[in-house]
Amino acid sequence: MADKQGQALTPSKPAPWNDPAVRSIVFQVLAILALGYFFYVIFQNTLANMEKSGISTGFGFLGEPSGFGILMSMVDYTEASSYGRTFLVGLLNTVLVAALGIVLATFLGFAIGVARLSPNWLLAKIATVYVETLRNIPLLLQMFFWYFAVLAALPSPRQSMDWGGAFFLNNRGFYFPRPVFEDGSSIVGIAFVIAVVAVVMLAKWAHKRQESTGEQFHTVYVSIGILLGLPLLAYLISGMPISLEYAALKGFNFQGGMRVIPELMALLWALSFYTAAFIAEIVRAGILAVSHGQSEAAHALGLRQAPTLRLVVIPQALRIIIPPLTSQYLNLTKNSSLATAIGYPDLVAVFMGTTLNQTGQAVEIVGMTMGVYLTISLIISAFMNWYNKRKALVER
Amino acid sequence: MRKSVKFLSALAAVAVVSTAASAGTLDEVKKRGVLHCGVSTGLPGFSNPDDKNNWSGIDADTCRAVAAAVLGDASKIKFTPLTAKERWTALQSSEVDMLSRNSTWTHTRDTSLGVNFTGVNYYDGQGFMVSKSIGVKSAKELDGVSVCLQAGTTTELNLADYFREHGMKYSPITFDTSDQTIKGFEANRCDMLTSDQSQLYSLRTKLPDPNTAMVLPEIISKEPLGPVVSQGDDQWFNIVKWVLNAQINAEELGITSKNVDKMKSSKNPSVGRVLGTVGDAGAKLGLSADWAYNAIKQVGNYGEMFERNVGLNTPLKIARGVNALWNKGGIMYAPPIR
Ligand SMILES: N[C@@H](CCC(=O)N[C@@H](CS)C(=O)NCC(=O)O)C(=O)O
Repeated sequence: MADKQGQALTPSKPAPWNDPAVRSIVFQVLAILALGYFFYVIFQNTLANMEKSGISTGFGFLGEPSGFGILMSMVDYTEASSYGRTFLVGLLNTVLVAALGIVLATFLGFAIGVARLSPNWLLAKIATVYVETLRNIPLLLQMFFWYFAVLAALPSPRQSMDWGGAFFLNNRGFYFPRPVFEDGSSIVGIAFVIAVVAVVMLAKWAHKRQESTGEQFHTVYVSIGILLGLPLLAYLISGMPISLEYAALKGFNFQGGMRVIPELMALLWALSFYTAAFIAEIVRAGILAVSHGQSEAAHALGLRQAPTLRLVVIPQALRIIIPPLTSQYLNLTKNSSLATAIGYPDLVAVFMGTTLNQTGQAVEIVGMTMGVYLTISLIISAFMNWYNKRKALVER
Repeated sequence: MRKSVKFLSALAAVAVVSTAASAGTLDEVKKRGVLHCGVSTGLPGFSNPDDKNNWSGIDADTCRAVAAAVLGDASKIKFTPLTAKERWTALQSSEVDMLSRNSTWTHTRDTSLGVNFTGVNYYDGQGFMVSKSIGVKSAKELDGVSVCLQAGTTTELNLADYFREHGMKYSPITFDTSDQTIKGFEANRCDMLTSDQSQLYSLRTKLPDPNTAMVLPEIISKEPLGPVVSQGDDQWFNIVKWVLNAQINAEELGITSKNVDKMKSSKNPSVGRVLGTVGDAGAKLGLSADWAYNAIKQVGNYGEMFERNVGLNTPLKIARGVNALWNKGGIMYAPPIR
């Protein structure tokens, strides 16, 4: 009797097939296996059928020579390079324009968003007109505008605009001198790294001092001094090991120097001006969502307008701004694939365009391209989520 | 927009391909009552729409002849404009029954894209067009040039080969459509535009002042252009191949759209075999006996197609040259119908 009662009090573990926890895990594993098998079958089936209709498959093409030229490349590339290399060239060009675009759009968007709330009537109206115009014109049209309209207005290489024989602007691009690093130039680089470290430490020290004593320090001016001065000093001491190579007109085009091609400029402007209009609205919404009492309190403590915005309002607004900002960054990155319409050699143009056409391997190439955009997007999301966590309200 | 279209058509290709290539294009076209033909997005003389969306050009007519032979009516046709990059996917995914879009027959395309070229309707070669203002007379003086061209073409490869061979530098600016390419040239983004030579004459007519540009004498490649079908349907392959052959044979035999009715009573058995009064050439293709008659009556023989669209009396003003018949100094030659 006593035995039985004891059993009833501590309920026995049910058999595994009756345990809800075990069951749910088993079913989820089964579901994943089934899904995996489903995609595997589709993939195999596609490849088999493509083989049957005479379409090449596999990734062997990545090692074959490409045989075509690319307008702009950040790594060594010639017609003799492989298709794998064209992938890299396109990938880097996409990353470049996306990264520059995100930085530019963020600065511009913040400035315009703040300007829309400015008590200055004219400034606020101009910002409003900017937002309403730019976000209501299709991006592709804006790209064509920046490309064809601005291109047509620029002079030919022979009538190039010229600033001191060092900077040139014409319809082939913007040319500027290229630094040539000779022996011993690494000292300048090391000096720069030291300067950066020094500036970071200085900022930390100044912050601490202000927190404990309330005294402010001219961090900005001193930092600029260190950043410029230290490398300059190293440059002079080491005997000026860096020289400049200027672009010069040779034949019917400029050669030498560095060049920003018009395709990159047009794409960058179009992407950042367009995205900035959306970011401006997000910033405005974020600032408006911070209770007015916060700025009143800051004013009451004697803070002026600029520090109020910078130290009190924006940090709180950021918590609202960051999540929608992330999706604007993702949009910008994906929109950069419109590049192909104006001849900028991004991943879609170079790899999913020309390479796909020369090899005909649509499944592999489209798959790889989708993989790249997915990866870039996930990296941006991950970074922004991390940043968001840092900025989120930390309860003490 | 563009991007998603491309993704979709690529996915469509996968989807269709994975359901295995379907045979029986002929039955499908007959049931549908309309031939789906892939053409360029606009290239005067080859395939070009007017403001009412009527397509003209030698490539458009090549498709019309097939529609006439298969459906008895050259107007039962739907043209799908395709950029150079889109064309193969469109064909592979059966969005079009045939492609007639100034496409060069090359080994890679024939062997790895799952398509078959059915013949040649224009022998071309790649050339250069420069703006007169740069003062260049020969392709050998082109070191350092900026070149506008179209993505996804044989042009891209030939250009690279040519400049490599001659140790010259160039920077290529590649666009999606011929309209953008010519606009880039017009906006002076490049000193030179390169494409198949016939297309240069065609694109030049699109410039505000065609006299500001000139075509250089050099030809740097062989570009046999012709109709293309999907691999895996031999009957359809035969039909598209033999309609063009019938048109070329018709020119050789003196059959034209004007005299075709009279020619029906010709005593020459070769003429009879083309027009279906002798033998059963049509039946062997799965078509009616008057297949070639319809094509010639409604569209004309090869020479008529040429003269009407790109010949000396058109804005393109192209002489027959290598495209003349083999017995008239050219290389246009069709196997006999017998
Ligand atoms: N024959 C070459 C070139 C064909 C080609 O696409 N040429 C351009 C000339 S710029 C064209 O026809 N464009 C018309 C269009 O994009 O619709 C090939 O097959 O790759």
